[in-house]
Amino acid sequence: MIVYVLCFILFLTGLYGVLTKRNIIKIVIGLSIMEFSLFLFLSLIGYINQGIAPIVVDGMEKARYVDPLPQAMVLTAIVIGLATNAMLLAIAIRIYRKYGTFDVRKINSLKG
Amino acid sequence: MKGMTSIVKTVTRIVVGVIFIYGIYIIVHGHLTPGGGFAGGAIISGALILLVLSFGSDILKLKGREEGSSITESIAILIFLVLAAAAFLLGTKIFFNNFLPKGKVGELISAGVIPLYNIAVGVEVAAAIFTIFLALIIYKEEVSK
Amino acid sequence: MDSFIPLYIILPLAAAFLIPIIGRFVKVFQKSISFIVFLILTCMCVAGFFTWDRETIVYAVGGWMPVDNIPIAIYLVFDGFSIILLSVINLIALLTTIYSIAYIEKYTAENNFYALLCIMVAGMNGVVLTGDLFNMYVFLEIAAISSYALVAFGVEKEELEASFKYQVLGGLASLLLLLGIGLIYWSTGTLNIADLSVLLESYTGNKIIIFIQLILIAGFGMKAAMVPFHAWLPDAHSSAPSPISSMLSGVLIKAIGIYILIRLFFNMFAISHEIALTITILGVISMVTGGFLAIGQWDYKRLLAYSSISQVGYIILGVGIGMLVMANNGKQEIAALAIFGGLFHLINHAVIKGLLFMTAGAVEHVTGIRNLNMLGGLNKAMPVTSATSFTGSMAISGIPPFNGFFSKLIIIIAAAMAQYYLLAIIAALISIITLAYFLKLQKNLFFGEPKINLDNLKKAPLAMQFSMVVLAVLCIVLSLLIIPGVREVIITPAVNVLMDTSNYARAILGG
Repeated sequence: MIVYVLCFILFLTGLYGVLTKRNIIKIVIGLSIMEFSLFLFLSLIGYINQGIAPIVVDGMEKARYVDPLPQAMVLTAIVIGLATNAMLLAIAIRIYRKYGTFDVRKINSLKG
Repeated sequence: MKGMTSIVKTVTRIVVGVIFIYGIYIIVHGHLTPGGGFAGGAIISGALILLVLSFGSDILKLKGREEGSSITESIAILIFLVLAAAAFLLGTKIFFNNFLPKGKVGELISAGVIPLYNIAVGVEVAAAIFTIFLALIIYKEEVSK
Repeated sequence: MDSFIPLYIILPLAAAFLIPIIGRFVKVFQKSISFIVFLILTCMCVAGFFTWDRETIVYAVGGWMPVDNIPIAIYLVFDGFSIILLSVINLIALLTTIYSIAYIEKYTAENNFYALLCIMVAGMNGVVLTGDLFNMYVFLEIAAISSYALVAFGVEKEELEASFKYQVLGGLASLLLLLGIGLIYWSTGTLNIADLSVLLESYTGNKIIIFIQLILIAGFGMKAAMVPFHAWLPDAHSSAPSPISSMLSGVLIKAIGIYILIRLFFNMFAISHEIALTITILGVISMVTGGFLAIGQWDYKRLLAYSSISQVGYIILGVGIGMLVMANNGKQEIAALAIFGGLFHLINHAVIKGLLFMTAGAVEHVTGIRNLNMLGGLNKAMPVTSATSFTGSMAISGIPPFNGFFSKLIIIIAAAMAQYYLLAIIAALISIITLAYFLKLQKNLFFGEPKINLDNLKKAPLAMQFSMVVLAVLCIVLSLLIIPGVREVIITPAVNVLMDTSNYARAILGG
C-alpha cells in the first residue's frame, strides 16, 4: 500500500513544478516527473506476490509469473513520453530565440 | 561545434563499437529476453550521439540538412507496413498475421515474423532519435552564425 | 468483407511516410498523394452508407480468436456511430487538402505539412474505429502530438506561445487519461471495451468506479475544451494556419473529445444519474460562457474559436439530456430525440466551423488583416468569400432553412419534452446571442464602409473558393437529414447503437 502513496507523492511533486515554477524548462521537467510517476504506478499494478519475470524458459512453463500486460503498456507510454518531451523542448528552444527569455510571465503576447 | 579533449576522443574510439554491438544484440534477441525494438534502437542512437558529441559536428560534414537519417526512418516504417500488408496478401486474409513458420520455443530463429518487426522498429527508433538530435544541433549552428 | 477496415489507418500512414522520400524529387507529389488518399477514404465511407446492411462489422487484428470466451485481440469495430464520424473526418480532410494547395505556398516546408496532416487523420481514424482502451489512448496521442506540431507550423511569436500552452495542458490531460486507464485495469483486469461493458454492470455505485468516471470526464473534457478546461482553445485555434484551424476546431475536438466521451459513457459504463447530471451541467456552462466571451472579441479567428466552445456545449447538452432521461427510466423516444439532436449538431458544426475558418483564411490571405476594426466593405471585392461566410453565419445562428436551425430546434424540443424547461430557455437565449455576434462579424467585415484601400485586392484563389463553395452547399443539403427516409439511413443506426447498450457487447463477444 505504501508504494502507491509514494507514487502519488511523486505525482504531486511534478504538479508543484508545473504550477509554480517560472522557467519554461522547469515546467517541462515537472511534466516529465509526473509522467514517470504514472509509469511506476502502472508497472506496480501487475505485481503478484512472489512472482518471477514473465519469460518462458524450457522446463519451467508452470511457474508463477508477474502480469506482463502493464509492462507492455508502460513500454508504449515511455515512447509516447519521449515524443512529447522532444516536441516541448524543440518549441522551448525556438521560444528562446523569438522572445529572448525563458521566463513564462514575460511570454504573454496573446491576451483576451 | 568543436569536439572534446583527446581523452574523451580516445575512449570514444574504443567504446562506440561495443555499444553498437550491444544494441544489435538486444534488438535481435527481442523475442527471448527483455528489450526488443525500442530499447535496442535507443541504445544504438546513444552510440551515434556519442560520436557526434565527442568529435564535434565536423565529423559528419553537416551541410545544414539531416536528410540521411530522415530517409532511413521513413524507409524503416515503410518496411514495417509492407511486412504487415504482406501477411494480408500471402496466406490468410488477415492484416498483421504471423505467417512465417514458428520454430521451437527458445531458439534464435523462431516465432515467425516477430524478429523482422523488431529489426524494423529498432532501425526506425535509432534513426528517429538521431534525427531529432541533428535537428536541434543544426538549428543552433544556423542561429549562432 | 471486413478486410477494408484497417485501410482507414494504413493508407494515411503509408502516404505520410512516402512523402519525405519521394517529395524531395517530385515537387507535386505531396499534394497529389494526400488528395488521392483522402479521396479514396471518403468514397469508401460514402459507399458504405449505400451498400452496408447496418450490422456491426468486427475485425480482430492479428486474427487472434477468443480463448475460453475471453477476448484477447484488439478489435476494430465499424458500426453506425463510427461511420458518421469517419465520413465527417475524411470529408473535411479532403476539402482542407484542396484548400491548402493555395494557402501553404507561403510557407517553406510543404512536405512536412502534408505528412503531419496525414498522420493526424490516421490517428483520428484509429480513435474512431478501435474497441480497446489502451489502443484508443495510443491513437489519441498520435493525433494530438501531430496537432501540436501543426499549430506551431509557421514559426512566429504568437504561434509558438500558443503551441506551448496547448502542449502543456494537453499533456496534463493525457496523463489523467493514462491514470484512469490504469485504474480501470486494476479494478477489473481487462482493457477490452466490450468485455468491460459486461463486467461493469455489477459494479454500479462502487466508489472507485465513480472516481474513475470523474477522472475520465476531466481528461476528455480538457481535450474537447469544456469550460473549466478551455483555456488553451482560443490561443491555439486562432494562431494556427487557417486550414489547420478548420481541421482542429471542426474535427479534432470532436473525434478525440466528444466521440470517446459518448462511446465510453453510453456503451461501457452503466448509466447513472449523478454522472449524467455532471455532463449536462458542464455542457450548459460551456454553452453560456463561450457565448458571452465571444461577444467582446475583435479578432476574427478568436471570435470563431470562442464560438466553438459554445457549440460544443450544445452537443454535450443534447447528449447529456438523453443520458439523463435514460438514467431516470424515462420514455425512450425522448432520449432518442435528444441523442439525435446532439449527433446532428455534431455533423453540422463540423461542416459550418470548417467553412467559417476557411473564409477567415481567405480574408487573411488576400488582405493580411484579421482585426475586425480595420476591415469593412469587402462585399464587392470578394463576392464568393462574402456569400459563403454569410451562409455559414446564418447556419450557425439557427436561421431556417439552413441545417443549424433544425439541429438546435431538435435539442430545444427534446429538453422541453423531458421537462427541463430551464435548459430549453437557456439554449434558446444562447442561440439569440450567437446570432448577435455573428451579425456583428458580418457587418464589420463585409458590409459597411471600407476602411482600407480596396482597389488592388485580388480575389481568393480558385482552390480556396472550391472548398468554401462545396461546404456552403453542404450546409443546405444537410438539412435534408430531417426527412424520415434519409434519417433512417444515416443517423438512426447511430442512435440505436448508443441506446441499446448490450448490442455492442453481443456483437463482439458472441460472434
